This record gives sequence, C-alpha cells and structure tokens, in this order.
Amino acid sequence: MSSKQTTKTTYQIPIGPIHPALKEPVAFEFEIDGEEIVDVDVKLGHVHRAVEWTATKRNPIQILYLAERICGICSYCHPTAFTIAVENIADIEVPERAEYLRVIQAELERICSHILWAGVAAHELGFDSVLFLTWQMREKALDLTEYLTGNRITKGIITIGGIRRDITKDHLPKIYETLNYFKDNFEKLRKIFLDDKTVRMRTQGCGILTKEDALKLCAVGPTARASGVKKDVRVDQAYFSYADLDIECITPDILTGEVNGDVYDRIIVRLLEVKQAIDLIEQCIDKMPGGDIVSEPKVAKVLATLKKASGESIGRMEAPRGEVIHYVKLEAGNECPFTWKVRAPTYNNIMPWVPMLLGEQIADIPIVAASTDPCMSCTNRVAIVDSGKRYQLNREELHKMSVEKTRRLMK
Amino acid sequence: MTKQLSPEEIVKSFKDEFKTKIKEARIEKRTKGPAKHEFVYIWMKVDNSVFKDTVKHLATLQEYPHLAVASGNDLGKTIELIYHFSIYYGGHLDDISINISVELPKSKPEIETITDIIPGALITEREKQEMLGVKIKGIPDGRRVFISDDFPQGMYPWRKDETGPQKMVRNLHEVKK
Repeated sequence: MSSKQTTKTTYQIPIGPIHPALKEPVAFEFEIDGEEIVDVDVKLGHVHRAVEWTATKRNPIQILYLAERICGICSYCHPTAFTIAVENIADIEVPERAEYLRVIQAELERICSHILWAGVAAHELGFDSVLFLTWQMREKALDLTEYLTGNRITKGIITIGGIRRDITKDHLPKIYETLNYFKDNFEKLRKIFLDDKTVRMRTQGCGILTKEDALKLCAVGPTARASGVKKDVRVDQAYFSYADLDIECITPDILTGEVNGDVYDRIIVRLLEVKQAIDLIEQCIDKMPGGDIVSEPKVAKVLATLKKASGESIGRMEAPRGEVIHYVKLEAGNECPFTWKVRAPTYNNIMPWVPMLLGEQIADIPIVAASTDPCMSCTNRVAIVDSGKRYQLNREELHKMSVEKTRRLMK
Repeated sequence: MTKQLSPEEIVKSFKDEFKTKIKEARIEKRTKGPAKHEFVYIWMKVDNSVFKDTVKHLATLQEYPHLAVASGNDLGKTIELIYHFSIYYGGHLDDISINISVELPKSKPEIETITDIIPGALITEREKQEMLGVKIKGIPDGRRVFISDDFPQGMYPWRKDETGPQKMVRNLHEVKK
C-alpha cells in the first residue's frame, strides 16, 4: 500500500455539445488506491456560457428569459432570484396574491426536480424500473406545470412586480387531482427508497458529509440539511409569502431520529420535501387573497421605472437544490444592469464532494456524486491513476460498475 | 450559542472594533406579507487593510458564517469585491445577510484569502482571480476554475476597461490560442 504511486496527470475534457437534462459535463480526477478513492479533483467550467456578461447587454425583462435558460430544471428559480433583487433596488411592491402564486410555482418546481432526482438516483443504483416509475410520476407534475403556465420546462411565468398568469377556480380541480395522485403514490416511493434492503445497503454509510464539513464548506440545500445543518431560505428569511405559511426545516432526524449525513439521509430529506411542497401548495390555495397579480402590467412602464432606478441588492431564494443568490447592480440612465452575478446552489455543493468521495469505492462514485443533485452531474469521463498506469472510465463503464455492485449486494 | 445581536448592534460591534476603517454601513430593512415580516440586509464597505479581520470578527458572531458568494464590480479606478455572508440561519426568520465590500486599487488589486477561516470560499476566490484579475494572497489553489486554459492570459471577463473581453468578442477570429 505504501508504495502506491500518486502521480497526477492532467486530463482535459473537450468543451462541446452536452448531454441533456442532468447529464452535464464536469470532469473529476481521482486518485485511486485499488478500489479506494484517495484524492479527488473537480474540474468545472465546461459549459461556461458567459451568461452574466451577456446580461449586461440586455434589459431586465429580457434577462428574465435569459436567466430561465441558465438551467433547465431550476428554470423558475433563476429569473425569480433576479426579480427579487431588482424589486429590492427599485422598491417595487408585489401584490399579495402574486406572492402566493409565486410560492405555488416554486413548490411545483421542487416536486418536479426532486422526483426527477429520485429517478436518476435509482438509475445510478441500477433500478431502471424505478426510474420509469418516478419519471412517470414527474410527468404528472409537468402536466400540471403546463396547465398552469403554458409550458413544461421554461415557464416564462415570473415577471418583475408579480406573476404573469393567475390561478382561477377552474384550475383547482386539476391541481387537487394531481396533488392527490402524489399523495396516493408517496407511500410507494417511500417504500422503494427507504425500506428496500438493497437501496439501504448501497446508500447507508456511503458518501458521508459531516455537519462540520457541511458548515465549513458552505454546503446548501438538501445536501446541507441531510447533514443536520438547519439552513433553508424559506424558513430563514422572509420572501414571497413563506413567512405566513406553516413551514419548517427538514432534516433526516424528523424521520429516523438521527443524522448521519449519508446518501440515504439525502434521499429522506428530498422525499420529505416533496411531501412538504404538496402541503405548501395546498396552504397557499387556501390562504391566497384576491386581487391583482402584477403591480404594473405594462412592460414598457416597468422598464422606464427600472431605467431610473439605481443601486445594488441581492435576491435570495431556496431552489430545489439549495439557495440561489443573485447580485444585481443597476445604474440610473442605463437600461442594462451594470453587474449581474448568479450563484447557483451546485457552486457551493462542489467542495463537499471531496470529503464525501474520499474513502469510497469507484462503484460508489455515481450515486455519491448524484446525491448532491448537481446541476452538471455527469461524471463524464473519469481519469483513474492506478499504480502509474493511467486509464479512463467513461460514464457507461462507471454506471456498469455501480449496477454490478448493486447486483452483488442483492445476492 | 452566543446571543444573537440585532442588525444595529451588529453594525455597532463592527464600528467599535474597526472605527473609521468601516467606511460605510447601511441597514436595508424590508417587509413582506400582511404580517409585515421583516428581512434585513446589512451592507458595509470596509478598508482593505482590515478586511480579513472583519471576517474574523464575523466568525465571532456566528461560529460558521455562511459565505454565499463573492461578487465584483469594475468601478473604473478600483475593483470592488462584495462578499455575501449570512449568519443566524436555522432559526425562523432570524437570518441576516451581511454584505462586506472592499475596494482594491487597479494598480495593486490584492486581497488576502479567507479560506483559512471559511474553507468553502475557495471556488469563489478562484473565480474572482480569473474573472476580475485580482490577486488573492495565500490562496491554496490558484488555478482557473470556470474559464478554459486556452483563454488569453491577462484578459478578465468582468473588467470593463481594456483588459475586458469587449474587443475580443468583436474580433473573435483574431484570437490566438
């Protein structure tokens, strides 16, 4: 063991067309001792598209649609965080009804995202039947999104000063139908992910992130909460109408009484958050007051107001993966923002990968990497340095190893 | 856990500690919803010489201050870095966002690393180096993080002066790798 050679060779992954959905490019460099990971290096930036720079050539309304295209899964969170920042700068009051409608859209997106993630996790473990089951459920959430916003993915629903579409009485039966469908099927999901012996063997005690590491490395979202860090912007800071709703931070000890910070705990947190999201949507529908849904419906007037505004502010919101924070600086007389900085949750959840992956086996890489629900989770090609002999594993081989490990455990 | 301070007390504790080195401080309070729930942003501009000490001071208010990200502005003669922290998270509506900004002269854009206080700051510090051309003194890993290795040296995407990408974007065909 001590004679293990740990020379690092650099490895570059080509920038280029990317895999759709969650399969986005990120390069890892692992140092392997036999089956065990002894060092990890993460390389980013393969899909850096200079969105922030582009935005300095656009006006705020155009940026909403640009922001939506930052991520296909959090297509609601980014324009919303930008909107919050701009509303802070220009002192735009949002009608109360709009704040409730915004919560409904945010929680609907959370359901979509978490169920999508559950499917990916099942796929990484080798249970493709569960992938199809969960994504079939997600389809219902997408249908509801389409019904309420007109689009399945890039919704174009948020606008500065409110929201673009109302939810009327006619919409309610379909909303309740979908929510009831989720409630009916929730038990099934819970049983598959939390009670199944093989899933437990693969996920318990695997990819552990201690509370201290989570705090030190500034982890966010379900990744941090699964390690016992109570941090959820919905609870911590008043935005939208979350402060009026009954909501609490979800940590795994609610269900199991203990916090381990492993992959299993991250599954628990996400599943419970789906349940919480359903509850929040119902609360919103019950409590929602009447009234306008946007403070100023004429876009030209909004832009004129923003052109006069100057100052800087931040917009924070809890996306499915964790806190999204946008910094915006506006100058009076200039229609385009002076600066726009986007911070997506995965940005902070990259460093926690290192303590999670150290000491794990190669076959655990897919599930551990996927367990933070990264926005570019593709362990596309992994360069492995083993006793000086360097070879690469591509995604498919890595996935095959993960599936084989599950099969071995099932025997 | 130490006692939670009010936003005014936080600003006062900084001013008592660093006196005139805190150049500017403002508390931004806004309310939401019918029950007028309040959320607070604190903005402080500090002198470069005490920046690291302010972060250390922040760490006495909360054991692990959460660093969301650092953003930056090119202000012409200076480069402004703004570190967005949040403290007192975990309690219902207790969270306070603290934004500490520091201006660095373009002739000597240097700032000390805070990774020894908050290890999670590494990626954002690496990003500031490549995007704004500031030098983070004592950074444990100074490689580029988002922009590729063949991007021209000495060009910083967030700068608005001649080292910015404006010229390059117009003449992409001339860029030599």
